[in-house]
Amino acid sequence: MFTQILFYLFATVLVGAAIGVITARNPVHSVLFLVLAFFNSAVLWLLLGAEFLAIVLVLVYVGAVMVLFLFVVMMLDINVEQAKSGFTKYAPLGLVVLVIMAVELAQVIWVRHMGMISADELAPVAADYNNTRELGLLLYTDYFYAFELAAVILLVAIVAAISLTMRRRPGLKAQNISSQVSVRRQDRVRLVKMDSEERQ
Amino acid sequence: MIGLAHYLTLSGILFLLAVAGIFINRRNVILLLMCIELMLLAVNFNFVAFSRFLNNLDGQIFVFFILTVAAAEAAIGLAILVVLFRSKNTINVEELNSMKG
Amino acid sequence: MQQVYLTIVLAPLLAAVIVGLFGKRIGRAAAHWATILAVGLSCALSLYTLVGLTLGTVEPWNENVYRWATVGGVHMQIGFLVDRLTATMMATVTFVSWMVHIYTVGYMRDDPGYQRFFSYISLFTFAMLMLVMSNNFLQLFFGWEAVGVVSYLLIGFWFKRPTAIVANMKAFLVNRVGDFGFLLGIAAIVMYTGSLDYQEVFSHVPRLSGQTMEIFQGSAWSVISIICILLFIGAMGKSAQVPLHVWLPDSMEGPTPISALIHAATMVTAGIFMVARMSPLFEASETALSFILVIGATTAFFMGLLGLVQNDIKRVVAYSTLSQLGYMTVALGASAYTGAIFHLMTHAFFKALLFLAAGSVIIAMHHEQDMRKMGGLRKYMPVTYWTCLLGTLALIGAPGFSGFFSKDAIIEAVHASTLPGAGYAYAAVLSGVFVTALYSFRLLFLTFHGKERMDEHTREHLHESPLVVTVPLVLLAIPSVVIGWLTEDSFLFGGFLGDAVQVLPGHDVLAEFGEHFHGPVGFVQHGLVGPAFWLALAGTIAAWFLYLKRPDLPGVLADKFSVLYRLLVNKYYFDDFNEKVLAAGSRGLGRVLWRTGDEKIIDGALVNGSARVVNMTAGVVRHFQSGYLYHYAFAMIIGLTMLLGWVLLTE
Repeated sequence: MFTQILFYLFATVLVGAAIGVITARNPVHSVLFLVLAFFNSAVLWLLLGAEFLAIVLVLVYVGAVMVLFLFVVMMLDINVEQAKSGFTKYAPLGLVVLVIMAVELAQVIWVRHMGMISADELAPVAADYNNTRELGLLLYTDYFYAFELAAVILLVAIVAAISLTMRRRPGLKAQNISSQVSVRRQDRVRLVKMDSEERQ
Repeated sequence: MIGLAHYLTLSGILFLLAVAGIFINRRNVILLLMCIELMLLAVNFNFVAFSRFLNNLDGQIFVFFILTVAAAEAAIGLAILVVLFRSKNTINVEELNSMKG
Repeated sequence: MQQVYLTIVLAPLLAAVIVGLFGKRIGRAAAHWATILAVGLSCALSLYTLVGLTLGTVEPWNENVYRWATVGGVHMQIGFLVDRLTATMMATVTFVSWMVHIYTVGYMRDDPGYQRFFSYISLFTFAMLMLVMSNNFLQLFFGWEAVGVVSYLLIGFWFKRPTAIVANMKAFLVNRVGDFGFLLGIAAIVMYTGSLDYQEVFSHVPRLSGQTMEIFQGSAWSVISIICILLFIGAMGKSAQVPLHVWLPDSMEGPTPISALIHAATMVTAGIFMVARMSPLFEASETALSFILVIGATTAFFMGLLGLVQNDIKRVVAYSTLSQLGYMTVALGASAYTGAIFHLMTHAFFKALLFLAAGSVIIAMHHEQDMRKMGGLRKYMPVTYWTCLLGTLALIGAPGFSGFFSKDAIIEAVHASTLPGAGYAYAAVLSGVFVTALYSFRLLFLTFHGKERMDEHTREHLHESPLVVTVPLVLLAIPSVVIGWLTEDSFLFGGFLGDAVQVLPGHDVLAEFGEHFHGPVGFVQHGLVGPAFWLALAGTIAAWFLYLKRPDLPGVLADKFSVLYRLLVNKYYFDDFNEKVLAAGSRGLGRVLWRTGDEKIIDGALVNGSARVVNMTAGVVRHFQSGYLYHYAFAMIIGLTMLLGWVLLTE
């Protein structure tokens, strides 16, 4: 009963946050709503026993990705009014697509697979069950290559993001370390031989 | 009790909201990106729910990789946005149609 | 013995490589000494092998020396099969080659390509030895192609002459036709026996002889006949049988020593040797034997006729070679393999002799080859004349000379043969004897007798050729005369070749013939009363009458029978047929394929056409590309919806 209350509570907040994301006039608000949605999802995942992923969602998504979004939104000066106008032009199309999709999803979830797995059959979680440990065992054995690939993808993303956004500003004063290291004595010091002068 | 169908319904609603968001916010690229994040969240919800109810951890592994790829995608996407804004001084989608065939 | 055989083969190759690569550095004298010594060594060892095999002190040898590759259970080996048949060929090849090497020193004295020439003929000796000593089909094919390449190089030796280039290209192309058949034959052998080794293939013959294959849908062909005929097509190319003979007369563009070595004595007999070597195969197919008989007889008679109207001294000898090759082929067809090999050997000596004599005449005449401008040379060059006379007598089969024994044996063998086509063949070879005598003595009379028709300048410089030329002539004249007496008995009837040649009892025409007489003297007595001798005599007298007694008559006859004369002068229009039908046809076909197949269909429809389709499609589709990001997003979402709907509806 308690879980039910928790589920409905957080699900409501989640849906509300999602509506906020798509309707907020200010993009900054949208991002903050999205953060809220992620938080609620994390809690719901905890209810599902996916502790590790819930924590990862908060740490990686909210902590890193959403902050990045926030940065960008604030950095780029967006004309809010203009961005929201012209909504009605595609509204009929959007509505049609939405209705069709909703019917389809309802068909899938409610008509075909109603009660496919009921909660009663749900195997109870053992007392010493450790979600993180089990995930790690799987990740570092069966999915090892995929894991390595994911690491490479992240590296590529880092390199790509840096190389895309980096630019050299004219007039920027910076050290050229390689030329500093490779300098030779004769470039800097010139020894001049000269005769001693007579005492006056 | 809360069954599988509850979670699937919730993720369906999230997905539909994200689709609606794409239609509503079609001008703003950042919001489009955020809607895609929302879609991915809905998909992840499905995976986690199935993983729990089928008692199979592979679904969570999938979520893990989706999170990884989504993070990479967000990073690159935002970087592209920054570059775009720098060169065009706008991210209004209606003004960006140089790919017109 | 392995070392001996390897030395025989590799010594000429080594000399050829040294002379070929470092010819300019080591100079002319070193070039001819290196090759002459190497081929001399080969010759000495070959004779040693032959004598050893004859006396029984050396055992026949059949072993693999080196395994080159194994592909799908088929072993490709380098190996030698040395029995009496091989040893006979080895001795003949190396001896004639050696003589030609020595002769070349005189003939090519002033030629700038001196070292190159020696390198080529040594290389040829190597290739020919590889061919005859092989114990498997792959090595045989290697030698087969290698002699073809050297022949190509040597016909075009004077590569600045356009005629020589045309001639060597012709030889190469015509030989390709034959080689195509040969290669198909070998492929068929591998397909049906899974082996390249002679002995292994022969052991499969009883199993093969009943088998049939389908070439076209619903037709049954005897496998063994197909194999044999394909192999013989290869032999037709190499041994210049009708209709693949057209390259041989043109090959006379090469230097005369080459004509003697390659295009008379050795290489062209490779086909004869090959068929004799494959006798266990050919014996199993009467169809193939009959085919060989008819082809050989046609070549023997009709090519001899062409020799009557030629005026180029070398070409007359060339047509004579064609005719004699026809005789050998007839012998093969009549299952008289030993007769063919015997004629091959005697022919090698006297035909090489005739060519070298012709070359000697050509040197004396300052490279003038037209017999109409010769005459009366007898008193200027006696050695050449007498050796040439001996060669001619051997060629026409005067009783007692080497050619007599071999040719008479062939004629008798054909007479005894019962295969389809034997009657035609007998008539052809018998009338061939008359023709042979006629053109041979025509050459001799026109060149050495009668009025001196050359110009003054040439006459003043006429003299006998140097010793390096005349010594080989004499050395070749000796076997031309006596080798028949010495070897005839054991060769033809004594089973000298032993197991190397297999003849079915029903086909053994020579044994039948051998019962009738005893020893060479008996053979000669038998020959004196046979029709062949009288025909040869008639031919000689006719030649004497036409070209010495009444020199005006040939012109009159040519006018009278102008249709026939033109047919002969134009060589039965074989060249015209090849040029106008085959060559022009393939050019036309190529043109059609180029214009419609390549330019219209492939270039036009496939390459450019697909590009145009893409272009047009893109022109239409590009209007969907608005460039607006959300349009693409919408498209994806709608697509997703439709996909989901499709899954739901079809499930």
